[in-house]
Amino acid sequence: MQTGNLIAVNEFCKSYKIEISFISTLQKAGLIEFTTIEETIFVDAGQLPQLEKIVRFYYDMDINLEGIETITYLLQRIINLQNEVETLKNKLRFYEG
Amino acid sequence: MTFIDYYKILGIDKKATISDIKKAYRKLARKYHPDLNPNDADAKKNFQQINEANEVLSDPEKRKKYDKYGKDWEHAEQFENAKQHQEQSSDFGGYKYSRAQSGTDFSDFFESMFGGSANAGRSRQVKFRGEDYNAQLQLNLTDAYRTHTQTLTVNGRNIRITIPAGIENGQTIKIAGHGGPGINGGPNGDLYLTFSIADHPGFKRLGNDLYTQADLELYTAVLGGEITLKTLNGKVRLKVKPETQNGGRVKLKGKGFPVYKKDGQFGDLYITYTVKIPTSLTEKQKELFIELSKL
Repeated sequence: MQTGNLIAVNEFCKSYKIEISFISTLQKAGLIEFTTIEETIFVDAGQLPQLEKIVRFYYDMDINLEGIETITYLLQRIINLQNEVETLKNKLRFYEG
Repeated sequence: MTFIDYYKILGIDKKATISDIKKAYRKLARKYHPDLNPNDADAKKNFQQINEANEVLSDPEKRKKYDKYGKDWEHAEQFENAKQHQEQSSDFGGYKYSRAQSGTDFSDFFESMFGGSANAGRSRQVKFRGEDYNAQLQLNLTDAYRTHTQTLTVNGRNIRITIPAGIENGQTIKIAGHGGPGINGGPNGDLYLTFSIADHPGFKRLGNDLYTQADLELYTAVLGGEITLKTLNGKVRLKVKPETQNGGRVKLKGKGFPVYKKDGQFGDLYITYTVKIPTSLTEKQKELFIELSKL
């Protein structure tokens, strides 16, 4: 069952062959957000890449939940820093050019 | 095409057990996985090698074949082809399920030895999201000034995209669903386009502001007047105050660069004046300057 941009968690779990309890744990840890409609749990399609990434961390790389939380935070910092570097590069280009 | 030592890549010896391989793969994946190394091409390349090594060594059939033929893989292909004709099957059974990074590329060596993609013969029908594509698009400053559409060809498909005015140099936008195709009914990956905006001979950009230079006749600088200035959006007439200094700067509010995805909002245009000292003066002009200097 799909509702607009929402993806049913049970379908996701079936597709990836993972336990629904794993997704619940992620939600409790604040790593993803749920929407519940008529007792069916959904995730927003926009969260899918993040969810898939977490699944890879956990199942492929054997990283536990605490590690995933730390990595998620640090990755966001890396992305912010990369954006900042890009802005600074553009400034440098302005002054050097 | 050169032989690839998968054991060396994973840092294990030929007697390694499945558990050793898994452990070595996970250790290296934690170091090089693209999820953990955003925008790092070297890490991606390393991970592709590690993944390929794992793909072969963690599959008993593939590993057997790899160990058997090793450096003579080219003959292995011929041998396998003959064998396939006999058995009418080319399937590698017992492939171990793995949520490998979707769309991972495999080397020519792998393709030659095992044929086709790594997904062939998977015993479990798992949906995979398609690979995310990354591409760079070169624009000039005048292109970036206007919202416009461009048609790109990505893997043989034409994609018509709208590029909003005000896009920044180095900025990346995501075009959902235009990456690699999903596997087993999984969703398509996304296309990430990074823009590279070339320098403009007349204008420099800093954020949403534009900077340019305007030459001023000495007499206009001293006495004031009006000049016509080219902007990225046509010409503007500009009043010059009397006694304008060389290097003096004025700001034209709202005549700069459009603000990304904010319709009707613009940065400012800064104009730096360069006062041109007249050359090849006539005798009369020289006399007048001398007269002026004595006042």
